[in-house]
Amino acid sequence: MARSAQPVILRPVASWPGTCAALGVALLVLGTLVAVALRAEEGRGLGAAEWSALRFTLLQASLSALFSVALAVPVARALARRRFFGRRALITLLGAPFILPVIVAILGLLAVFGRSGWVSDGLALFGLAPIQIYGLHGVVIAHVFFNLPLATRLILQGWQEIPAERFRLAAQLNAGPRAMWQLLEVPMLRQVLPGAAAVVFAICLSSFAVALTLGGGPKATTLELAIYQAFHFDFDLGRAAMLSGVQLVLTVAAALLALRVPVGDGFGAGLDRAVARWDGVGRWARTIDGFWIGLATLFLMLPLLAVVAAGAPGLLDLPTSVWRATWVSVQVAALSTLLLLWVALPMSVSIGLGHHKTGEVAGILGLAASPLVIGTGLFVLVYPVADPFVFAVPVTALVNMVMALPFALRILVPRVRQVLQQNSRLALALNMSAPTFWRRVLLPRCRAQIGFAAGLTAALSLGDLGVIALFADPEVATLPLQVYRLMGAYRMEAAQGAALVLFVLSMGAFWLLDRGGRWHAEA
Amino acid sequence: MLKLEALDLRKGTFRLQADLEIQPGAQVAVIGPSGAGKSTLLEALAGFVPPAAGRISWQGQDVTGQPPGERPVAMLFQDGNLFPHLTVAQNVGLGIDPNRRLSPQEEARVTAALARVGLAGMEGRKPAALSGGQHSRAALARVLVQNRALLLLDEPFAALGPALKSEMLDLVSEIAQETGATLLMVSHDPQDARRISREVVLVADGRAHPPAATASILDSPPPALRAYLGATPDR
Repeated sequence: MARSAQPVILRPVASWPGTCAALGVALLVLGTLVAVALRAEEGRGLGAAEWSALRFTLLQASLSALFSVALAVPVARALARRRFFGRRALITLLGAPFILPVIVAILGLLAVFGRSGWVSDGLALFGLAPIQIYGLHGVVIAHVFFNLPLATRLILQGWQEIPAERFRLAAQLNAGPRAMWQLLEVPMLRQVLPGAAAVVFAICLSSFAVALTLGGGPKATTLELAIYQAFHFDFDLGRAAMLSGVQLVLTVAAALLALRVPVGDGFGAGLDRAVARWDGVGRWARTIDGFWIGLATLFLMLPLLAVVAAGAPGLLDLPTSVWRATWVSVQVAALSTLLLLWVALPMSVSIGLGHHKTGEVAGILGLAASPLVIGTGLFVLVYPVADPFVFAVPVTALVNMVMALPFALRILVPRVRQVLQQNSRLALALNMSAPTFWRRVLLPRCRAQIGFAAGLTAALSLGDLGVIALFADPEVATLPLQVYRLMGAYRMEAAQGAALVLFVLSMGAFWLLDRGGRWHAEA
Repeated sequence: MLKLEALDLRKGTFRLQADLEIQPGAQVAVIGPSGAGKSTLLEALAGFVPPAAGRISWQGQDVTGQPPGERPVAMLFQDGNLFPHLTVAQNVGLGIDPNRRLSPQEEARVTAALARVGLAGMEGRKPAALSGGQHSRAALARVLVQNRALLLLDEPFAALGPALKSEMLDLVSEIAQETGATLLMVSHDPQDARRISREVVLVADGRAHPPAATASILDSPPPALRAYLGATPDR
């Protein structure tokens, strides 16, 4: 008799630790929120500055989503219908900005697009004025740098999901590029684009580090940045709390929006699969595709090359403050990664055993949670009892963990579910205890995914410039914060050197953990 | 004696009832049409499907509510009988105790069991480095060290070729005799039943029927079995 898929009734591991972990995360996110809300003073509505921050937040997020998606369409189309040397490498490169520290990218973008950057130098040759990188321009350019690759991957996935048979049928009917576009590609884009745009929009809403470095001033302040300013410059907790409330309404609304439109996972599984196509062989089509692929590659590669080129000279005499900050960053990342595994693995088991609510709650909270809001809440909670600055490292690690959690769950849950389905009965038949099942079956079987999730978390945590800015006193800084401080002190050479250290550190941490998980791993 | 008393198994709208006894040391084939509930019956005996009503007992002792690992049962599934990331010796060692390190004496038992099933010297191999037949042998070595009173086979050899399958069935039969285990084996093939079982439990029409002699039931099958076997019963 064919075995029908049935729910696992008996379990080799319990689901309650995961439920507890999910509750803990919910408590952290919602508890800090309540703490903030209680602090927000009544009767103090939104002033002109707050409205301006809200408008700017929405404007920059809309523009970023629009440009990222609009530019991603021709790039994804070119990647979908071209086979060329280095295509796989380029698709891998599209994943890099996700774990690239924001401050590193900013320094790279400044070197390319800044006042005395490469592009401006080029323009000067023709007697043109340099481009303006600070303000709305810069914020949108940086957001497009980060989200064009994500949008490209999401849209490319849409292209790959058009069944190969349809292309065959269209070729059989001798459909030209135009007909192909209308028959196959437009309907697909109509499905995929809203989701991709919603995701980029949601991500850009809680932009902090980009706005901190490239924005600022009354005309280019996001809500997150305004929270930080209320906190850092005015120490106005009531105002910070009120702004947090507005930010939260915004992100929850965007998260619900992004969750309602179907989106792939964007990790690019199977994106290097080749679908045979018979269109786009004309010289014109090839030229266009080549142009877009070249442009996207340059746009992504140049800032990274600039970081390396500009940072190398500064490496030799970095101030000791940079090495101190590096050590703090490593501690934060290590703690954050351990916390993540400690929370995400039991949650994955719980979700894998069929507690979908756990996953949904974590997903919504993870998308909606704003690091600055959680930070503000924790500050408000800690402030009456102890000096919050003492908690800079653990709080940063904790907040980084919450930020990485939704991504880690996307990586871990499918594999954990599969391992539970395949091994539960045998483990039960052998009377394996829960700790043994964890140690001998679950952990070894999920090693590759654990390595990937840990690498991602470590890299994200190393590069994070968010909550640490709230909590750090002049003595304590993580590496990204130190880079920012060096920039603020106009010590660009040291800042660029430190940025290179940060770049190598976060990419290295990701590579090491991801590789470690897959090393000698059996299929 | 294995005793199923007014046993009532349900899965959604599916229902299977059983009221039967099986003598210790018997080797019984469980046959019947696809979807009749052969696997469900074995899963209930192993503790994976809690019965809606009724009682399962072994040698007078009620095991109905016992968790799978504490029952006097060793079971081989259709697939997934070995953990792919553990060596053959580690896989077999789980049968002695999965929750602790084994003593040297126990390690020796593992080695002996592997030698008994014809896998001497393959202790350090991973399942991926074994053939289909060797997979089955490794799983049988674990059954050997588990040394449980009831051995349940849910078509673990279905993917093997005819000759290899017969070889495995003979090995199972020998092992059951050596350990004195009572064997229940789901089968699609009447030849399998004839090969090692003197008794057959027919599962059809929502009932697991009491064991009947293999030769007589296959030679003059009742209507449900005849429909399953086809117009000319296999001889």
